[in-house]
Amino acid sequence: MADETDLNTVEHKDSEESEYRVALTVNGQLYHLTLDPRTSLLDLLREHIRLTGTKKGCDHGQCGACTILVGGRRITSCLTLAVMHDGDDIVTIEGLGSPDALHPLQAAFIERDAFQCGYCTPGQICSAVGMLAEACAGWPSHATADVGSDHVELTPSEIRERMSGNICRCAAYPNIVAAIRDVSEGATQ
Amino acid sequence: MRSFSYERVTDPRTACAAVAAHPDSKFISGGTNLIDLMRLEIERPTHLIDISRLPLTAIEELPQGQLRIGASARNSDVAANPLVRKRYPVLTEALLAGASGQLRNKASVGGNLLQRTRCHYFYDTAAGCNKRQPGAGCAALSGANRNHAILGASDACIATHPSDMAVALTALRATISMLSPETTTRDMPIGEFYRLPGTTPHIETNLAAGELITAVTVPPPPPGGQRYRKVRDRTSYEFALVSVAVILAIEGDNTITEARVAFGGVAHVPWRSTEAETALRGRPAIPATYQAAADIAIEGAVGRGDNDFKIQLARNTLRHTLADVAATTDRRSS
Repeated sequence: MADETDLNTVEHKDSEESEYRVALTVNGQLYHLTLDPRTSLLDLLREHIRLTGTKKGCDHGQCGACTILVGGRRITSCLTLAVMHDGDDIVTIEGLGSPDALHPLQAAFIERDAFQCGYCTPGQICSAVGMLAEACAGWPSHATADVGSDHVELTPSEIRERMSGNICRCAAYPNIVAAIRDVSEGATQ
Repeated sequence: MRSFSYERVTDPRTACAAVAAHPDSKFISGGTNLIDLMRLEIERPTHLIDISRLPLTAIEELPQGQLRIGASARNSDVAANPLVRKRYPVLTEALLAGASGQLRNKASVGGNLLQRTRCHYFYDTAAGCNKRQPGAGCAALSGANRNHAILGASDACIATHPSDMAVALTALRATISMLSPETTTRDMPIGEFYRLPGTTPHIETNLAAGELITAVTVPPPPPGGQRYRKVRDRTSYEFALVSVAVILAIEGDNTITEARVAFGGVAHVPWRSTEAETALRGRPAIPATYQAAADIAIEGAVGRGDNDFKIQLARNTLRHTLADVAATTDRRSS
């Protein structure tokens, strides 16, 4: 079980040790790190592997600026410990697109002017990627009248509800909703 | 955050052995509440046992028609599960009314049940809080207590339980399964799981030291319509001021044959109102019945100043939700 490819086993030397080895994939690249177990996944990304696109806003899971995708699902990276993600496949804003080949949501945010200061934007876009996948899988939301229905129509009220975990202090919400709507409608055409 | 050691376990018995071997240890699953509390040094475990990869994620129908939900199942997976959506819409509605999409993707069923109150004074380490530090007093009694309890509170603590899911599970009469460090298992109805604050608000459940929640089992769906209604200061991503889970069955002659009522946001526990249920059963499905049930449900409620409005809000929320379920539920012929 304890061979090098078994990423489900955290190697720690003994309980007196304060550092733990973790291997995880970020944007397609495998990283091996030795970490204090207090390190949040957010701090691993920003401070250890220098991917600073993911932002630290509140550090309490309330603002959504640190949203990333783990195994394709959106989470707040501040409220999880990096050691708990050994073997996981992580995508951050840097992994979604590049300046020459923007992700459709990145392009839509620019087209719709869906930001002002831009601090929440990486989290908004990663959250929207996860949210569109959830809607595509037929997940209902608090805005869905009949949670038993398999059909999800991403109306503005559905998008606002599903994106409520991402705060924008510049209040670019109308344009964020419009950008996401552009992509969701494009995807279903 | 204080330093701690860490281990990951992959089977429930090892988890229980690990917690027994380490005093001051804690299980961690989603971590969405615990990590925040550790960062604020309200929780200070010296050892964390990572139970997030335990094989307890299944949501499966049992032979007698119950639904067994593994304690490690993510809140979002439970909310989206086809059986839950079809048979227990009140549970899906409650889950989707709580937290955000990101948090529901992390939070586990067991962790949701065990999350701590969001009382400001519990989080403010400069304030007196009997829950955080027994004997320190309760700053909320004379402080900003808009969000606090109106039922079952004590002079030691007026905090509320923050879970939406637990309110729906209370209306559904769920059972919680636990595994002890001695590897014995036991089941407890959710109505016996949570404790009123009394003089020991730091003891919130009847889970024993080192016990691990392994599953929640929901009985076969009761007849009738189900609804979760949550009233809060924001439309989304906010804790309840008052919430109510209602299940109501009505026969063809407009008689209520079955009623389940549970409140959130009003007490230290998800608050089942057997009095309201009794006031509904056998009565005609008319506004006067709903009003009587709402009045009796909130009888004995005590406001603490800022939260006085919750007394009428709770009555109104129940009355409106009952009328709403009655209006949208098929009548069964008697």
